[in-house]
Amino acid sequence: MNVSLLTILSAYLAAAILIGVAPTRFRRSTIATAAAVMVGTLVWVLDQAGSVVNGDVHIETLRWIPSLSVAFELRIDALAITFISLISGVGLGIVAFSGAYMRTKPRFNRFLSLIVMFAGAMIGLSATDNVFGLFVFWELTTITSYLLVGFDDEKAGSRSAALQAVLTTGLGGLALLGGLVLLAQAAGTASLAGIVASPPTGIVATVGLSLALVGAFTKSAQAPFHFWLPGAMAAPTPASAYLHSATMVKAGILLLLRLAPGFNTASIWTPVVVSVGLATMVIGAWRALRQTDLKLLLAYGTVSQLGFMTALVGFGSPAMLHAALAVLISHALFKSALFLTVGAIDSTAGTRDIRKLSGVGLQHPLLALTGALAAASMAGIAPLLGFVTKEAAFAALIDAQKWAPLAIIAASSAATAAYSLKFWWGAFATKPQSPEHAGGDPAPLRTIRTLIAAPLILASAGVVLGLAPGIVDRLVYAFAPGAKLVLWPGWKAALAVSATVVVLGVIMHIKRESIDRAQQRFVGGRLSRISADEAYQWTIVALNRVADRITGVVQHGSLPLYLAVILTAVIAAPMVAFGFAGGVPTLPTGPFSLPEAGMALLVVAPALAALRVSSRMVAVLLLGAVGYAMAGIFVLYGAPDLALTLLLVETVVIAIFAFVLSRLPRHFEIMVWRIRSAVRAAVAVGVGGFVAAAALLASGQRNPGPSPSAAYRDLAPAAGGKNIVNVILTDFRALDTLGEITVIATAAIGVAALISGFRTPVEEAE
Amino acid sequence: MNVRQSLLAETGSRTVVPTIFIVSLFLLVVGHDAPGGGFVGGLLAGAALLVVFLSGGRNEVRTLLPLHPRSLVGLGMAVSITVASLGLVFGSSFLDAGKITLDLWLVGEISAGSSLLFDVGVYLVVVGLVATVLMELGRPEESAS
Repeated sequence: MNVSLLTILSAYLAAAILIGVAPTRFRRSTIATAAAVMVGTLVWVLDQAGSVVNGDVHIETLRWIPSLSVAFELRIDALAITFISLISGVGLGIVAFSGAYMRTKPRFNRFLSLIVMFAGAMIGLSATDNVFGLFVFWELTTITSYLLVGFDDEKAGSRSAALQAVLTTGLGGLALLGGLVLLAQAAGTASLAGIVASPPTGIVATVGLSLALVGAFTKSAQAPFHFWLPGAMAAPTPASAYLHSATMVKAGILLLLRLAPGFNTASIWTPVVVSVGLATMVIGAWRALRQTDLKLLLAYGTVSQLGFMTALVGFGSPAMLHAALAVLISHALFKSALFLTVGAIDSTAGTRDIRKLSGVGLQHPLLALTGALAAASMAGIAPLLGFVTKEAAFAALIDAQKWAPLAIIAASSAATAAYSLKFWWGAFATKPQSPEHAGGDPAPLRTIRTLIAAPLILASAGVVLGLAPGIVDRLVYAFAPGAKLVLWPGWKAALAVSATVVVLGVIMHIKRESIDRAQQRFVGGRLSRISADEAYQWTIVALNRVADRITGVVQHGSLPLYLAVILTAVIAAPMVAFGFAGGVPTLPTGPFSLPEAGMALLVVAPALAALRVSSRMVAVLLLGAVGYAMAGIFVLYGAPDLALTLLLVETVVIAIFAFVLSRLPRHFEIMVWRIRSAVRAAVAVGVGGFVAAAALLASGQRNPGPSPSAAYRDLAPAAGGKNIVNVILTDFRALDTLGEITVIATAAIGVAALISGFRTPVEEAE
Repeated sequence: MNVRQSLLAETGSRTVVPTIFIVSLFLLVVGHDAPGGGFVGGLLAGAALLVVFLSGGRNEVRTLLPLHPRSLVGLGMAVSITVASLGLVFGSSFLDAGKITLDLWLVGEISAGSSLLFDVGVYLVVVGLVATVLMELGRPEESAS
């Protein structure tokens, strides 16, 4: 089967559009469409995986803007295949779950469309090799994530959470773009694989790498940017399960995994990445223990696990990268299952607060089993995939003799085991002290059954892959050779660490009340007052205040002053360039023909007259006359296109002036203040003199030899046109033209907005 | 701005305006080989709208246009960007130009390059801008209404 990934990406785009525009009553068809796309991707992945695990790399290229080396270059390797199978596999579960969970919501199709669009962007991100393509897909995931977090846009909380997420990750995206550009410049290639193959060194590369790291850290919610992820739980639960646990937050890890083989020896890599990862792991685990909302508990758990992966990538050795990718796979499976379980609990019990929930496990034993399987994988209990992968990480750390990081990771993992237990106990246990049920409408049992399917399958995948880790191992090994993933490692140190971690976790759960008290005491202390979320709020407020101040100074509202500033800049900026370039304006030599002299007179006379008149309208008409005469000069010199355009521009401009002038006083103000008129005269003479000097200077600087326009003229027949001006506009320099009409369109929007102030189009009825 | 209705202007515009429109389309089509193009054509069509405004007022302009001015601008952008993207799909890169040649019976060979379609987008954006300015600036003033 020879289906390119580009075809698959187009299928995602097409499906997203179809689903987005489908009427609400076609819910079943839209769910089927979304599922079909994901199933198709899974089949494609299986087809590709065979050769990719043997180390083959498939490359697809679609040129985009070759002159800027911007392209869609897809590089389908083991890492890409791993991500694509997670994205489509978990995505399939999410689509199925969403169908049962929120099909009755009014804007379900919009939600589904965003999910599909996000999945496509994420697949593109995981396979792209061109740094600019990477940035484009990266931002696409940011935008779709923003729309999904703010899906319940009638709630102020959702909107501000979405804004926080998009500002944080958007800022990181900009840093990433800057970093990638620097790295690409330093390496001399825009290909990620090329950059990694011969990693640049030096100050530019270090700055570039740091910026790229900032991008990765914001996306993967690493400290100190971790605060946006718990906020993003405002998204509908299926979206949280997909974006904020299984896929999008892994994009940062993906980038780290892609960069690690080239940059793990860079001086900043290991210290920065490992310490950020460890700090995040501890903060996340600590906060997760304190949560009473199941979804927030999982969110902080995700922060912690992402820190775990980051730290592993930070060490950068193949064994560590191997372990990191393995942990990433198991985390995607159990965390999405857990999130979906919370969604099911929420719809049956009407709450996800641990203090209110009681007895859900007895009512829905299958759901409790699902939660148990997934939570046990999170805790690292054998024989689940979570155990196998965590074991691999411990073994790698022991082999590398990283004792201090091992201790921190083990402690955090104990906390992970504790909050896994707390999750399951809080969600399903029958608790005597809590009221029987917290109210809300329990969903009918039938709905619950359909809700359980997706999380149960995802959780079971953790069991199957844990019992037969060879499948995961082959994929991960193709990315980075490390110790084999096995279910039973034998009596080794890593097993002792795993066992200790689980036992400690159980003890922590039993002693949870004293831990709660200890945390309470700490929360009252000074250290915990430093909150990243507050720092964010403070920054936003300060930014707005500074922006207000600057606007107050710069946008003072005096039109003559604006004009003066603009015109002065027009003179001053090129003057500097002239100063560097040197050269003296030379007067053109040679006799002037009579028509030339006549036209010159026609240009100068109305301009001088415009100085003397007092009526604004007359002045405008005189300036129009100057324009018409200029058009005459263009005709004389054989530029009919220019002349035609200028004539029409002058005509339309005079008409527009007439409209504006009807709202202004008929006559110019009488200048009483002499200094002001002197300043205006100086600016005017300066601009006029400058333009004249520039023209003379330019005409004196003609290089002998073929002019660039000659090259265009030779190429014009090939472009299929005889009018060289038009061929340049619509073909050779069409990108410029596209930019210009964008400016025109923006101006049109600006005019409409400024004058009618975004009035609703009721005006038609006038 | 108040426009006084005048029989002379109205009758005159009725003959002049269609002519200007046809010339503007002519300029658009021949642009690739002779003086003209989307920008100039669009401006000329804008000038035609101006004549309509002066003789018949704002509502006359609105009824003449098939779309709301801002939709014209949007449509123009969409046309140009679509044509540019076609180069990505069928050609080798964004904005790569293509050409179709049709051999019509009796008419002879007609060729239309993608650059003409691109210019159609430019034309629409420029007409849309002039129309927007006319509709907005020509709005009766609040105090007067």
